[in-house]
Amino acid sequence: MRAAVRLAAWLYAIAVYGFIFLPVVVLVLFSLQATSFPIPPFTGPSLRWYQAVLSDARLTSALVNSLMVAVLSSLASVTLGFLSAWGFARFVLPGSALLRGLITLPLTVSYLIIGMGLLVLFNWAGVPKSLLAAGIGHVVINLPLCFAIIYSQMGDHQINIERAGRDLGAAEWKVLLLITVPVMAPAIFAGFFLSMTFSWDEFVISFLLTRFETTLPVEIWNLLRSGLNPKTNAVGSLVFAVSIVLVVFFELTLLRRKPA
Amino acid sequence: MSVSGSNPRALPWALVTPALAWTCAFFVLPFIAMGFSSLTGHEGGGFTLANYSQFFTDPSYWRAMVNSLEVTAIVTVISILLAYPFAWILAEMVPERWQRLALMLAVLPFWTSYVVRSYSWLLVLAQNGVINRALTGIGLIGEPLQLANTRFATVTGFVHFFVMLLTLTIFANLKQLSPSYRKAAADLGAGPVRTFLHVVLPLTLPGIMVGAFLTFVLCIGDYITPQILGGNNELVMPQLVMLQIGRRGDFPLASALSIILMAVVTIAYLACARWLKIERA
Repeated sequence: MRAAVRLAAWLYAIAVYGFIFLPVVVLVLFSLQATSFPIPPFTGPSLRWYQAVLSDARLTSALVNSLMVAVLSSLASVTLGFLSAWGFARFVLPGSALLRGLITLPLTVSYLIIGMGLLVLFNWAGVPKSLLAAGIGHVVINLPLCFAIIYSQMGDHQINIERAGRDLGAAEWKVLLLITVPVMAPAIFAGFFLSMTFSWDEFVISFLLTRFETTLPVEIWNLLRSGLNPKTNAVGSLVFAVSIVLVVFFELTLLRRKPA
Repeated sequence: MSVSGSNPRALPWALVTPALAWTCAFFVLPFIAMGFSSLTGHEGGGFTLANYSQFFTDPSYWRAMVNSLEVTAIVTVISILLAYPFAWILAEMVPERWQRLALMLAVLPFWTSYVVRSYSWLLVLAQNGVINRALTGIGLIGEPLQLANTRFATVTGFVHFFVMLLTLTIFANLKQLSPSYRKAAADLGAGPVRTFLHVVLPLTLPGIMVGAFLTFVLCIGDYITPQILGGNNELVMPQLVMLQIGRRGDFPLASALSIILMAVVTIAYLACARWLKIERA
């Protein structure tokens, strides 16, 4: 009886793993398809669709745009998030709870509605659609995240180290740059990394706020109009590979920090 | 440096103002703009409630809201029912030193791009996709099944995403549970089933509620999965919003629909918050 339950549990776990991996395996497998349709039977392996992706100027420039928007918007998010977290954690400000609530409020609103709001505002103000507009939207969704992560990690322990610095005569900006930033580096790094991945993958805001020059998810969306296409598989697999490299890098750097 | 020295009150405000200003300019202000826009007509003109009344009187608009709520409810329930036992197996049956790897593998596809993930399900579910080819290949069915462009496809795509998300949260929940609870239950004579039903499950319920709420919020606001997998046969609210902008450029109606969608999420939040408090008491 016991053994039967255990067996059923393992079979269940395998089935769930199968369900989770099924689409990814199909995606990657048929990105290596030699013929023009990513459907069975498998005719590869062939790298022709990867070649097609890398020689597609629209996709490669979208990739560069995505990276640029991700890096710059994440830098802005983490800078604004860090400064405000430091301000709220170190000083008693009137209405602090309310203001902190305001900063984290965008976390509860769907991207579609944030994008819609910016579209209406920019439309009304005559701001043209652009990568900059999309980047502004990405800061709106990532700033609360960075703030929440960094604010939650600012404990008394850090305050004491800062006090020691001040007692030894460091000016406020020195305390910030030489003590707070290094001490808070893991939280800052985590905020930046998460912002990068969210911005890199964000679709709906970029879709609403860009026009000619756009980001990779929007360009992939445009590819979908041509139906099932191994080229979409190839670009999807490449994006997946980039994300996996980032995640593994993140895991390793975090793991390495732990013993210290 | 001397600036902060001469006026210590200025420093904290200098730190928090940029973030607050950003949030006001690009989150609060757009919201106000959307509110105003929703109260005007498509062709400009003065104040009108026509956009809201259109939602409440036109059955096809209502239908989209009902579809959204139905799909979200189905997805939330199925995802929890699938993820809970899975997370339990990972937390209880997998040896400690393999757990981190097992969990990382379980959420690996999480890192594929969201658009690509929905497309991948299309490959699996299409008329001549993997499942139909496999089923006709072994002779189980004669004609390919209509799997893509259905509610079934939308739900499958969503469940795939949320099973991963909920496995993470429920796993964390189960690991936080002190083993002494279970030992105490066993000492008092409860079998594994009773221990689970009366000790483990109630203690992890608040965590499940948080996960369920997260699923609800992300699912009801998503445009990508229903658009790619469900197609245009059965619209949900985000599709209806995008349709107003894309085809008709009707910003006021799109604004009104967005605000209605947000109101529903807010109501769900209030209901959920109250429920959680009752749980804690």
